[in-house]
Amino acid sequence: MKRYDLVIVGAGPAGLSAAIEAAKRGLQVIVFDENEKPGGQLFKQIHKFFGSKEHKAKVRGFVIGQQLLAEADEAGVEVVLNATVVGLYMDKEIVVQIDDQVHHYKGDAVIVATGAAENMVTFDGWTLPGVIGAGAAQTMMNLHGIKPGKKILMLGSGNVGLVVGFQLIQAGCEVVALVDAAPRVGGYGVHAAKVARTGVPFYLSHTIVKAEGETEVTGVTIAQVDEHFQFMEGTEKHFDVDTICLAVGLSPMSQLLKMAGCEMEDNPKRGGQVPICNKYGETSIDGIFVAGDVSGIEEASSAMIEGRMAGIAAAHYLGYINGDELEENMSCQTSALEGLRQGMFAPKNRGKILERTEEGVLTSMNLLKKGFVADDEIERYPGVTHRVGIHPVMECTQNIPCNPCQDACPKHCIKIGEKITSLPAVDETAQCIGCGLCVASCSGQAIFLLQEGVEPGFTLITMPYEFLPLPEKGDEGYGLGRNGEKLCKATVIEVKTSKAYDHTNLLTIKVPEEMGMRVRFYKAE
Amino acid sequence: MKKINDRSMDIGPFVAAPDDDMLICRCEEVTKGEIRKAVHEGMYTLTEIRRYLRTGMGLCQGQTCAKLVKRIVAAELQVSPDELEPATSRSPMRPIEMEVFAKEADADE
Repeated sequence: MKRYDLVIVGAGPAGLSAAIEAAKRGLQVIVFDENEKPGGQLFKQIHKFFGSKEHKAKVRGFVIGQQLLAEADEAGVEVVLNATVVGLYMDKEIVVQIDDQVHHYKGDAVIVATGAAENMVTFDGWTLPGVIGAGAAQTMMNLHGIKPGKKILMLGSGNVGLVVGFQLIQAGCEVVALVDAAPRVGGYGVHAAKVARTGVPFYLSHTIVKAEGETEVTGVTIAQVDEHFQFMEGTEKHFDVDTICLAVGLSPMSQLLKMAGCEMEDNPKRGGQVPICNKYGETSIDGIFVAGDVSGIEEASSAMIEGRMAGIAAAHYLGYINGDELEENMSCQTSALEGLRQGMFAPKNRGKILERTEEGVLTSMNLLKKGFVADDEIERYPGVTHRVGIHPVMECTQNIPCNPCQDACPKHCIKIGEKITSLPAVDETAQCIGCGLCVASCSGQAIFLLQEGVEPGFTLITMPYEFLPLPEKGDEGYGLGRNGEKLCKATVIEVKTSKAYDHTNLLTIKVPEEMGMRVRFYKAE
Repeated sequence: MKKINDRSMDIGPFVAAPDDDMLICRCEEVTKGEIRKAVHEGMYTLTEIRRYLRTGMGLCQGQTCAKLVKRIVAAELQVSPDELEPATSRSPMRPIEMEVFAKEADADE
């Protein structure tokens, strides 16, 4: 049996972050992961993350993964891949399958960061080939470069459904509809908006009746549900699809902890069976810690902070740091975590309808029901203003913990302030120079540059554009509204790419003046 | 004692439903009807269902169906899924060949 100061199960964002903090404090750390690649879900995340600088906001997920791996390597962390932990026993003995043998390890402390598994939902035909989890779709596209299908229906309007839905469109698939049994969009409004503006219809209060096909999916029927989630007769709608993607939530993979004898609870707010743990992730068994989704479903940014906290707590448990150092080390992690758990999507607000933002602005009900802010709702937000000349328009309408736009503007045109959940506002005293850094910095792709009143009768709109092929200067196409509806002809004026934009291209189109506040997407002829 | 362990509780007779032949546990090919019937045959806990029908005992080890089975059993017992005792977790956590499970690595001795 090999002995380590700290054994970590899972090399995802939480496990790696924990390993880094512990190893930096002198612990001998080994991390096991059953996959052939480390990083958990991070390497599938091609979108820019939310948060502030300390949360690595506006950095793409897979880049964060690379950074974590480099950091772990530098700290001397041993990462063993293709290593499946099959048991966690008394006295923190761990049995790991590597190749065709089982190995025994003992950790003086153990951190379980096994993450979560996707939920499934049953309907007629749910076992047909072509019905897949959103995670599987992401693995196919972003790790293996394979399109999961040609025509796809996405079930689930949480952030996973919205983000993966958008990525499917980026991969060149046609997303025919985004469906959710809930009456309101569950994920960030900005994620919904970028899907909606490409023309994907949202069907809230709808779910799948059946997947059609003999040997594989050839179509799908959805129908509306009432408040008791019962199908309403006569509301059926059919779509020809070859793939049905399910994004209906995650469940913590906490079985190892239960097996070890940790006190568990069934907590629907955390996604299922989770260990009872203190604020630093220590379970009811001394020296066994948890971090990330295994202790409650959140997202990668908070998993990384929880990981760091568990790593520090393990260092304290084994006497590598004293109580004062523990408190000191934890304070910045605690505040970073608090920062992420604020705003409209904070754990405490789950399931509530918030009628107003923190600023007192009425919430867009259209956004919650159809995935986009209606034209007559948009002008009430502080980021949306008019002005002669070039200026940013920030269609950021929900309080979410995110502020890269404020730091991105070299001229300080964008104000969020101390509270990172505040809606961005335009500082009328500062002069926008049209550099576009704010457009590229917005993880929600919700910032546009408008140039009004310069060429009589026309407005220039600069938008974030992450699709291929890239349009070219002089191309003629259509300006699409927030709902993806063709509104007018549009001419491509400029396409800018720059290292500073990190693969977000800036597309500038010219549309008739009255369309300036309505067009938010471009489609080639 | 939890409500679900009260075997004298009357849950009424088994009534066939149109979706009874829907597969729930894909690995072991157990249908919704079989699970519902098992409850009426006296299997009130998830552990009992698992031993009786082998739900969650296949390749994915219940990763896909655990929550689904729980919901079906709870509905049949007319209780909330939270009231059911979760099934036991035991090693091996992942499917493993017996040959491998029995092979201790020499280097560790």
